[in-house]
Amino acid sequence: MIRALAALALAAAALPAQAADRVVSLGGAVTEIVVALGEADRLVARDTTSSWPEAVTALPDVGYVRRLSAEGVLSVAPDLILAEEGAGPPEAVDLLKSAAVPFVEVPDGYDRDAVIAKIEVVAKALGVPEKGAALAADVGRALDDAAAQAADGPARRVLFVLSVQGGRLLASGRDTAADGIIRLAGGVNAIEDFEGYKPLTDEAVTRAAPDVILMMAREGAEDLAPEVLALPAVRTTPAAASGALVSMDGLYLLGFGPRTAQAVRDLSDALDRAGS
Amino acid sequence: MVALPHEVAGPAPHWDRTPRAWRLTALLVLALAVMSAASLAVGAAGTSPWAVLADIMAGREVALADRVVLFEIRLPRLAMGALVGAALAVSGAVMQGLFRNPLADPGLVGVSAGAGLGAIAAIVLGGLLPAGIAGVLGYHLVPVAAFAGGWATTLVLYGIATRRGQTSVATMLLGGIALGALAGALSGILVYIADDAQLRDLTFWGLGSLAGATWTKLAAAAPLMILALVAAPMLARGLNGLSLGEAAAAHVGIPVQRLKTVAILTVAGATGAAVAVSGGIGFVGIVVPHLLRLATGPDHRPLLVNAALLGAALLIGADMIARSLIAPAELPIGIVTAILGGPVFLWILLRRRGSLGF
Repeated sequence: MIRALAALALAAAALPAQAADRVVSLGGAVTEIVVALGEADRLVARDTTSSWPEAVTALPDVGYVRRLSAEGVLSVAPDLILAEEGAGPPEAVDLLKSAAVPFVEVPDGYDRDAVIAKIEVVAKALGVPEKGAALAADVGRALDDAAAQAADGPARRVLFVLSVQGGRLLASGRDTAADGIIRLAGGVNAIEDFEGYKPLTDEAVTRAAPDVILMMAREGAEDLAPEVLALPAVRTTPAAASGALVSMDGLYLLGFGPRTAQAVRDLSDALDRAGS
Repeated sequence: MVALPHEVAGPAPHWDRTPRAWRLTALLVLALAVMSAASLAVGAAGTSPWAVLADIMAGREVALADRVVLFEIRLPRLAMGALVGAALAVSGAVMQGLFRNPLADPGLVGVSAGAGLGAIAAIVLGGLLPAGIAGVLGYHLVPVAAFAGGWATTLVLYGIATRRGQTSVATMLLGGIALGALAGALSGILVYIADDAQLRDLTFWGLGSLAGATWTKLAAAAPLMILALVAAPMLARGLNGLSLGEAAAAHVGIPVQRLKTVAILTVAGATGAAVAVSGGIGFVGIVVPHLLRLATGPDHRPLLVNAALLGAALLIGADMIARSLIAPAELPIGIVTAILGGPVFLWILLRRRGSLGF
């Protein structure tokens, strides 16, 4: 009897990862991966950017992923925290670590391999590496197919507009999620002069000569298209001539998670349609 | 720009409300104690300080999560909130007395603009530092840079406003506006080159928070704030005299220049440290002294003490709201102080129009 109990205790000690059944997921893509792995019932809380699938929005929201409250996160009594790269502030992360809650950072990135790496890290932390390998293989194949198909079409010049403020466009340069998804969808980023998101002068918009303008869909902003296409800076571009403006959900388009292959197909189709 | 006191006749009859002010002090001590106890008991995690205390008394092991919540999160946060609130309120009261202007706030000596620039520079350019420096400072880089920026700006401004050993408060006021604009422009350049994650960090920094309160930060920032809180009441007599005007104050034997120097350094130290550890928490420095002047008159002797107590109690209360309203997430505290302070201040202003202590 005592020997059996000891063996049981040993077995329990050898499986620390599997024990985690109160998981806090921080970051939209990380949460999507947890759900895609079929482990959604282990989630007890999420961050503000985790908005898909709809069901996870019923979980308590611990705030914006870069502005976590240590006590708030501890209040849901987590035994594992999965956080996208850049979660913070570092003071809060240190406090969580000092409370002996395992904290796993999921690396970020904007290409196929980055998506696979995210899935593998999350699956390993959840103690389901086999499920992770299967999902990674599926997603990898789907991404390859989508990218190959997208590469067949004409390479459109795409201008990603993060927001329009006072008629000025905040556009994406290199090394962003927008840049990554445009490449995967067989397009060419129309702005490669700078990194990150920056406001463009009107003349730079004209010079970029985008065939298509890509934006994030926002609730209550359905008919932004005519407004944007009528801006003086945009009016001179091929995109305005053909009325080519595509808008897609932000997390779906830029999340780089399990849905990205589908997003690549959708974007690629939309680009083909929009430019013709 | 400089508002004259509406009664210039002499200190005595004006300040018959002073005994009442000291009675208020006792009340504020009580309020601060109640707020502090409440602040330890309230929070997203259900940790009860009384249960933890009972465990410690009985020699029982305290659960790790409870220990972290109480001793590593709530306690340093309470201490930080009290010190920052007191430092900002006292600094505001001193500045209003020194500039004889009801709109004066600690920002006038350039601390806030300089600290803001320092913080933004650290957030945006921190990654470019040699690994050695970045490694030593770690996440204390932003507070350290904010403090350095605040102090540097104040010293420059003080230098600009001081000629032949005389500091002109009018020059300081205008110089502060010029330096503020310059710091704003430099911050603008940094904002332009910041990436979107850094932009979010900048926005949140500007809204203020006590969430980053740790014992280490407290140990670094507390001495300056405590020094200022101890030094400020010693300025009270001089500031009372100054309300007659600089010349009159000098005639009744107040060392005006020394008063100015000490007051400016005190404010820069206290505000610089407060802003460095908590970001931009607005409003406390203006509202608290005015509330007290409206309630119990302009005598700086009780005013500076009461401002410290009310500032501390107010910020602890605001922080409680900030971290429990949308728990498990939390609001930036600057939003709470402005939303609470604005309407209350307006209401009192409308009721007591004409009896402002200036």
